[in-house]
This record gives sequence, structure tokens and C-alpha cells, in this order.
Amino acid sequence: MQKLTQLIQEASRLGNSSAESEVDRIMTICNACRYCEGFCAVFPAMTRRLQFNKADINYLANLCHNCGACLHSCQYAPPNEFAVNVPKAMAEVRQETYIHYSWPKSFGVLYQSNGVVVSLATSVALMFFLWLSTVLSSNLGVPLAGNIYAIFPHNVLVLIFGAVFGFSVLALGVGVRNFWKNISKGHVSVAAISEATGDVLTMKYLDGGHGEGCNNADDGFTLWRKRFHHFTFYGFMFCFASTSVATIYHYLFHLDAPYALSSLPVILGVLGGVGLLIGPIGLLYLNLIRNPLHGDPQQKPMDRAFILLLLLVSFTGLLLLAMRDSSVMAYLLICHLGLVMGLFLTMPYGKFAHGIYRTAALLKNAIEKRQPNSLKLGSD
Amino acid sequence: MARESGASVTLLESAPKEWRGGNSSHTRNIRCMHDAPQDVLLESYPEEEYWQDLLKVTGGQTNEALARIAIRESATCRSWMKKYGVHFQAPLSGTLHLSRTNAFFMGGGKALVNAYYRSAQAAGIEILYNSEVSSIELDGQKFIAANLANGRRIEAKSCVLAAGGFESNIEWQREAWGIDEDGASPADNFLIRGTTFNKGVLLKHMIAAGVDIIGDPTQAHMAAIDARSPLYDGGICTRIDCVSLGIVVNKNAKRFYDEGEDFWPKRYAIWGRLVAQQPDQIAYSIIDSKSIGRFMPPVFSGNESSSLDELANKLGLDVEVLKGTIQEFNAACKPGTFDHTIMDNCHTEGVNPEKTHWATTIDHPPFYGYPLRPGVTFTYLGLRTDETAGVFFGERRSKNLFVAGEMMAGNILGKGYTAGIGMAIGTAFGRIAGRNAATAANRE
Repeated sequence: MQKLTQLIQEASRLGNSSAESEVDRIMTICNACRYCEGFCAVFPAMTRRLQFNKADINYLANLCHNCGACLHSCQYAPPNEFAVNVPKAMAEVRQETYIHYSWPKSFGVLYQSNGVVVSLATSVALMFFLWLSTVLSSNLGVPLAGNIYAIFPHNVLVLIFGAVFGFSVLALGVGVRNFWKNISKGHVSVAAISEATGDVLTMKYLDGGHGEGCNNADDGFTLWRKRFHHFTFYGFMFCFASTSVATIYHYLFHLDAPYALSSLPVILGVLGGVGLLIGPIGLLYLNLIRNPLHGDPQQKPMDRAFILLLLLVSFTGLLLLAMRDSSVMAYLLICHLGLVMGLFLTMPYGKFAHGIYRTAALLKNAIEKRQPNSLKLGSD
Repeated sequence: MARESGASVTLLESAPKEWRGGNSSHTRNIRCMHDAPQDVLLESYPEEEYWQDLLKVTGGQTNEALARIAIRESATCRSWMKKYGVHFQAPLSGTLHLSRTNAFFMGGGKALVNAYYRSAQAAGIEILYNSEVSSIELDGQKFIAANLANGRRIEAKSCVLAAGGFESNIEWQREAWGIDEDGASPADNFLIRGTTFNKGVLLKHMIAAGVDIIGDPTQAHMAAIDARSPLYDGGICTRIDCVSLGIVVNKNAKRFYDEGEDFWPKRYAIWGRLVAQQPDQIAYSIIDSKSIGRFMPPVFSGNESSSLDELANKLGLDVEVLKGTIQEFNAACKPGTFDHTIMDNCHTEGVNPEKTHWATTIDHPPFYGYPLRPGVTFTYLGLRTDETAGVFFGERRSKNLFVAGEMMAGNILGKGYTAGIGMAIGTAFGRIAGRNAATAANRE
């Protein structure tokens, strides 16, 4: 074993970062063992390769859901001399890929100290809306029967949020497109797309491969991480649907907010808001009791900032609905819009990106597994 | 099983929590008898075929009655394993030859160990880590108490010994293997594939206490593994699977055995012993680029070299002798149709030793070389037992002392090995010992 350090260095190939070299080292060990093949998509994808180049490593890292199953089952996990910790190595590379594929490139730095970035972005957004309200409206502190446009005219909101959201979608889109160009070759079939879509919508790889869930605090399995992710994900989608329906109402049917409690935008918004309360609270709790060996501890501020921001968005949104007829409506509106703006601003440069890159990796996986395996390794 | 039968149970684990469960952490499957396809198991594997396989690998050094108990239990034990949290999965890639006979644990043996410990804890079994048992107090054949290395004494109405073999005790290995003709101690060059905690402390103590033993201390399951592996716990990833595709030379750069005698899974366990018999217990598996992609990827680098001179230098072999060996081998390779998935017709003529299959010339750079050492998986020396899993003293069976696991596997496995048999024996006799220990305790 005296040569191990030397071998590790030897394994680090030219052009790889130290995090990528670590994944290379670990995947070489895993490929010689393969006990974890049943847990997720990472290990079957690994067995299609004998060596791991930069693109392979970035792909595998984003395919990893950080479920922890392979760490707790690993005969080579620390304190074993091989010191294999797949979830940690993958998490470190994941952050590098987010940074590397950021658009504009110089914004990638925002992934570092992300907790601070999210706090600052949100604070600035809050100040902005506070200032804007004083410029545009003299109705602060007056009950307005839920008419938010009395504070901020509809077109002003559309302009501001449309621009920021549009930029975020563009930035994430360009990033993931560059990521895709590097990792992918092969035919995007309908079957592959539908499989990947299913993997995303069901979060298949958070079930542990056996249906009992992933690991969180220890070697026992839990389905709660998957469930809280579902609350969060579908909560977000419901909120998005609520806004979309409201936009259609506004432009197509000339039905303006405020909408009745029984209206579709409000029902969707409430369902989404509740999902975005339960999900992030659960995820925050699980994050706090998470086994310290899972993932990259340096990214915890990023994880928690995103979770807390989602939580604050849904909390203020629901509160705004509940108190829209009261005199504090304007202040709640300012808070809610500021927080939503904070979320939109940091979407391409924070934890939100994990879902996008993961989806791309899952699609790549669905394509790749349909291609014939070029290796004929015989039997071990 | 003892807890299920109503006994109050304490588990004394010599290792700290992160190393618990001994060599089970390195296992990956259990060989199971079945008469029809069963979830992860294909076709059928009847009792008789299983028994014949066992008879063949042990060369008759087995106990048919006990072997058949283990075989039959293997047909039914999986539902019990599942009940305690073990998940099974389809055979791993590269293990097609085991898809009929062996059920793979999802995540391997450590996942199984975790599941068992979680279930044990949930069932109210007390688990004491860092609790090496140094001696057993007996009254005749009767178990009285276990004395821990830390000074604690634990009394109980019955006891199951499951403390493994002595493969991690280098001193004892040295003693067993003695000194070779070069005046060196071969055991000094052995690597231990599994846990560092199988020091055989209890085994030695029980032998001194007069138990009936079984097995030869020099008999151990020994595979040829990468010489760069850690001294302990290298496990499965240290295997070198290209032996049958190329040639193997010793430190004098000379071949010494037919590399193509049979498929590697059937031969890897004899190669440990073959390497142990070579000077300095080292050998080198050499292949050329034609073999890349035809065998399971090894964990360490293959010393990729563009010429044989470079490879010989990297491996520390005599350049001229190695080139001579390879030249002679290449000249002896007869034309044939290479196919590493069958026993093909590529063989040598006129070289000693012959290579009887998969013999192709080594002439397509880059060349690769992997150093090999003997890797001890486990030892066979153990306590004699019968269908009750009871411990014997001078042919008299103890009423409340039982034995399980590697410590008794030698009753069934006098030598040799076949994948998943250790877990079959361990599971069968672990459950028998537990049940009988509970009965013995309730009788008191």
C-alpha cells in the first residue's frame, strides 16, 4: 500500500481538476468491485467504461443523486485504505460542472459562497421593491381588497419579472446546452426521452433501488427524502402553473387579479404554496440530520440557502393570500415579490441548477443504455 | 435466530462499529439450491448438482450430512434474510456464470451486515463493539462465561462462537507455512483479502482448551491478487482477471504454470498457492493490447509500456530473460480461433509449461504487466461440529456451546471453494447454532 499515494497521482490524468481525478480514482476502484450496481444508474453507466475522461466524470457526477446507499454499503469506505466516498467525490465535481458551464462564464464564481450570494441577491431584491413601491404607489398601508396592481401596475411586474426570469432561463439553458454538447453522443429517441422524463418525475433514483428509499442519517433507509423532494418539486410546478393560468386569464380572457379563492390560479397557488412549505421544511430537517460523510459539506450553505428561500417564498405567498384584504397587504406583497425576485436571480447560479443538470444526465443515461455495450469483458 | 426463539442475546463484536461483521462485509452472494426459477435466480439448481459441485471443489474433504443441511437450508433461508432487511439483486455485470446458482446481495456484503445489525438492534439484541473475547470459561464441556480482553466477564446460559479463522494473524501463518528452500518465510509475503480482526484468538484458545478440531492449518483459500493491494481488507477489487489471456512469469521472468488451463473463475483460487510457491512469492501477469477490454478492469495501473524493455524495467524483471521467455512462448503459439468466452483452440506446442487455451502471441504494444501476490481469503482450520452446531471436546458434545461461520466452515469445506458457499454455510449453521443456543438457554 506504500505505493498508493503514487498510484493516486498516476491516476490523475492531464487536464482533470483534483475533484475530477478523485472521481476517476474512485470509479476505477468501483469498476473493479461493482457491488453497488443495483442501487442507481451511476454504476451500470460506469461498467460501460474502462477509463473515465473529463466528460464521463462530469456526466456520472450529475447522474449521482447523492442518495448515500453506495457509501454505507461500501467495503472500501473510510477507514478502509482505499477511502472510497462516491457521494462526496461526485458532489464536488457537480459543483465544478455548475461553475464550469455557467453562462456568462464569469458568473460561475457565484456558486462559491452561494449562501452569501443568495442572501445578498434577496436583500437587494427586497430593497428594490421597497423603493419601487414608494416611487409608484401612495397606497401603502391602505386596505386594497387584494388589488396588488394598485401597488405595482401589472405591466411593471411583467416587465421586471419577465426580464429576470427570461435571463435565468437563458443562462441555465445555455449552460446545460454546453454541458450536453460535451457529454452526449447518440440518438435522442422518444423512448429515451420518456424514460428520462419518468426518472425525473418519479425521482426514481431516490428509492434506493429496492424501493425502501435512500440513506440520510445512517445506514437505515428512508423514503422521506424522496417525498419531501416531491412536495418541493410539485409545489414549485403548481406555483408555476398558477402563474401561467393567471397570465392566460389576464391576456386571453381579460380577467384581472385578485382572483376568487375558488379560482384556478388561487387553488393551484395554494396547493403549490403548501407543497413548498412542507417540502423545504422536511428537506431542511433531513439536511440538518444528514450523515456528515454524505456529499460535500462545503455546499451545505448553498443547499440550505435555496431551501430557506423556497420556504420564505411560499410562506409569504400564503400569508399574502390570507391577508390580502388587510392594510398590511402592500408590505407582504413587497416581501413576497422581493423573495421571488431573489429566487429568480439566483436560479442559474445556485442549488436550483441541480435539477436541470441531473435531468440532462438522466437523458444521456437513457440514451446510452439503449446503445450496444462495446466491452466484452468475459466473466470475472 | 436465538432472539426469535425468545432468548435474551448479547453480541460481542471484537471490531469497532465501522469494521463490524468480519469478512461478511466483503462477500457478495449466496449459493442457493432451487428447483425452479426464483426472483433473482434463473432456471434450477437442484440439491444433487449443488452437492456434486461441492464434492468436486473439496476433492471429497467434506461431510456429506452437514453439507446437505447447508444446501437444503440455502433453498429456504432467503426469505429469512429478506425479513431482516437483506435485498437481492440481479447478477452483477461480469457474473453471468453465477446467474443460475448465486443470489447477489444488493450493495454487497456490507449492506447485508448493516441490515442484520439494524434488525438485531431493533429486535432488542445488545451489541457490544470493541469487545474481543480472549477466553471462554468452561466447566467440562459446559460454557460458563466469556472473558473479554478489556477485563469484563460475561456469564450466559449458552454461547455461539463465531470468531472467524486466523488468516489475519501473520505470526500464526508464518508458523503454519514455515521456511521455504530459500530460507525465507513465505507467509511474510501474503496479503489478507479480508478483515484484520480474524486473528484466531478464540480459535487458539479453544484448541488449547481441548476442542475437537478439523482442517489443516496450512490450508487456506488463497487467490492471486494485485501485489500493490493493502495488507488487509483489499477485498474483491484487487483481483487480476487477465491471467488466462496472457502469460505469468516469476521474478526470474520464467513461466511456471499453464495459464490457460481453465476459465479464470475456476482457477483464480489455485493461483494464490502457485504464486506462494514461487521465489519471493511474487509473479507478473503480462498481456498485450489485444487483451484490453476482454477482462474485468483491475484497480491498479497495468504499467503500460510501449516496449518489452520498458515493461521489464517497470516490473523490475531481467529484460533479456523476459524477452527470451516471450519469444519462446510466441513461437510456440499455434494458430487457432481466439474466443475468450469458450475453451478455445488457441494453444502452444513445444514450450514448457504449455498454455492449453487462449494462447496468442504477445506482440502488440502497448504491453501491460500486473504484479501478483498470494491473497489469503480465509483459513479452513476450525472446530469440529455436527448437525446441532455443537462444539465437541474429546468426541463429547457440549450442551450449551455452539459454533458458526468461518470457525466451523472447514467441516464442510475441507479445501477448495466455490462462489457463495461460505455464506450458505454461514447462514445455515448460524441459524442452527442460534436456535439451539436459545433452546439450551431456555432449558437451564
